[in-house]
Amino acid sequence: MGQAIANATTLYQKIYASHVVGKLNPSTDLLFVDRHLIHEVTSPQAFSGLKLANRSVRRPDLTYATMDHNVSTQRRSIDAAGETSRKQLEALAANCSDNNIPLLDLTHPDQGIVHVIGPEQGLTQPGMIIVCGDSHTSTHGAFGALAFGIGTSEVEHVLATQTLPQQQAKTLKIEINGDLSSHVTPKDVIMAVIAKIGTAGGNGYVAEFCGSAIREMSMEGRMTLCNMSIEMGAKAGLIAPDDTTFAYLQGKAHAPQAEHWDAAVAYWQSLYSDADAVFDKTVEIDASSITPQITWGTNPEQVIAIDQSVPSPASFSDASKRDAAERALAYMGLAAGQKLTDCKVDVVFIGSCTNSRIEDLRAAASVVQGKQVAAGVRALVVPGSGIVKRQAEAEGLADIFKKAGFEWREPGCSMCLGMNDDRVEAGQRCASTSNRNFEGRQGRGARTHLVSPAMAAAAAIAGQFVNIAANTEYNVTAAAGAQA
Amino acid sequence: MSKNFAQGLVCPLDKNNVDTDQIIPKQFLTSVSRDGFAEAMFYDWRYLADGSPNPDFVINKPEYQGASILLTRENFGCGSSREHAPWAISQYGFNVIIAESFADIFFNNSVNNGMLLIQLSKTNIELLFNRCAQGPQHWQIDLQSQEIMFGNNAALGFNIDADIKQRLLSGLDFIGSSEQLNPQIADFEQSRKASLPWLG
Repeated sequence: MGQAIANATTLYQKIYASHVVGKLNPSTDLLFVDRHLIHEVTSPQAFSGLKLANRSVRRPDLTYATMDHNVSTQRRSIDAAGETSRKQLEALAANCSDNNIPLLDLTHPDQGIVHVIGPEQGLTQPGMIIVCGDSHTSTHGAFGALAFGIGTSEVEHVLATQTLPQQQAKTLKIEINGDLSSHVTPKDVIMAVIAKIGTAGGNGYVAEFCGSAIREMSMEGRMTLCNMSIEMGAKAGLIAPDDTTFAYLQGKAHAPQAEHWDAAVAYWQSLYSDADAVFDKTVEIDASSITPQITWGTNPEQVIAIDQSVPSPASFSDASKRDAAERALAYMGLAAGQKLTDCKVDVVFIGSCTNSRIEDLRAAASVVQGKQVAAGVRALVVPGSGIVKRQAEAEGLADIFKKAGFEWREPGCSMCLGMNDDRVEAGQRCASTSNRNFEGRQGRGARTHLVSPAMAAAAAIAGQFVNIAANTEYNVTAAAGAQA
Repeated sequence: MSKNFAQGLVCPLDKNNVDTDQIIPKQFLTSVSRDGFAEAMFYDWRYLADGSPNPDFVINKPEYQGASILLTRENFGCGSSREHAPWAISQYGFNVIIAESFADIFFNNSVNNGMLLIQLSKTNIELLFNRCAQGPQHWQIDLQSQEIMFGNNAALGFNIDADIKQRLLSGLDFIGSSEQLNPQIADFEQSRKASLPWLG
């Protein structure tokens, strides 16, 4: 059966094959890496390892660094998030300077979250292999690049050789056809996908998203989708590049310049899964069936539509899932059957590599415009990069947030993982546009509910979760900034 | 210790989806060292808010002190790519983890630190948890023959990727093996520059 389709390959298989440098073992290939993005948290031990073995960085010209995970988002100072953070940031600066690696440090106007700035700078391009010591590297798959997170030993390996040993992953096709409702965002789409596939359903697979709903999506939306591919266990998420991709890239600082542009686009247009390519697994989803989503538990598959009730542990047939649900309800301070629209929130966080791009801020601002953050709610907006921040300020979005009572911060990972001083206190409930609702992720005892930017904005105003699909007061309108 | 023949006490961690934020919380990630993570492993589960050990957490139970084999369930090590997670687990003293499945990045990170990760079917994992329920278990792991040996000639076979088995048995330097392909890497760089010149 395999022989008849021997020439039909998936996008993943095409990118993989075009990067094979050689074979290390019968089932392990050495793949070339086109872009290596690094940040302060997962790279210091890799540089120490290199030094110890007397190795150097093979391709500093293909390596790019930023400071994002533990920077303060209150002020642009290297010591603003404490002594140990300062040491780690200084180590990155020294390692970059010693090895001629370009670094967007805190003084650079474009500094930001690694998965926001890679695309913004045009470093992320179709057909590339991109790695970074961060699981959300899957974000860059939105451009039709094979992009995945690696550990620190692998960071050291890439620094030394510009390659990585890999084995072929299985392929998963996620086809989403139909139209999304106006209040449903790419965040809701990926959460609905995770609900269907589960947090482990993608283990061992590279997922390709396709279908009319994906074609209609902006690059920002596609990045949100691919960003959370890791939350279903997939090694990477991929979307075949198209005119939307090319239009986004044209003119970006590191994108192919005029003399190479046509050749680059011609190459990018060859990057798609053949019509008769066979995937190891296929999942189909009707876009029109998706409603605003919210997590109720402590892993991303514990998710419901906002108009549903918190499930009863007894409704899970699998014993370990039942136990997990019981533990999650206890941790989250919730009861089976409860409606989350009855739950008050203490903190609202709009930001992270999932949802800190300009479209996310426009959607949130359109809900916020002319309203006030509810009394007792702490709400912050953390733009993903200096470029996003300046654009949001120019469009008037920052003023909308500030007038409503939101804190308007400097770029960084911030409360997504609370490595800096942006934390959720024990027992507090947080509406968060980030990607992980793990126990303690945003702070010990913090109760995280993952939602879209529009849902988070509505929760900030109402002081509790809101079904934005049913409340016209919180409808997402186009171009909030244009009306500001 | 030989990678061919690990043995030790088994600690049963009966949870699905144990994520790397649980294995090593954020506040320990500001270190620039590879060492010193053993005490921080499973921090929020292992210690109460006042910093004292949580007597209900399995790792702290007297009968599991000195354990070197961790038994757990589905999707162990999901979430963040932080290699601090396998560093913490290995520095604590576990060199073998047995689970129904592992998250991909965690799996690679663990192998890169010389740890043996054994994946078994749900049925077999259930069987192993049932054994643990009968009292503390000491098992021997034979990587060469791919068997978990329970004593009294009882054993359970496991599958492992041949390349990974070879790496663990030989202890070959991860970067050094790839550097043997340096000429091919240089050729690849040359041809890529010629065909896709905008990539740099």
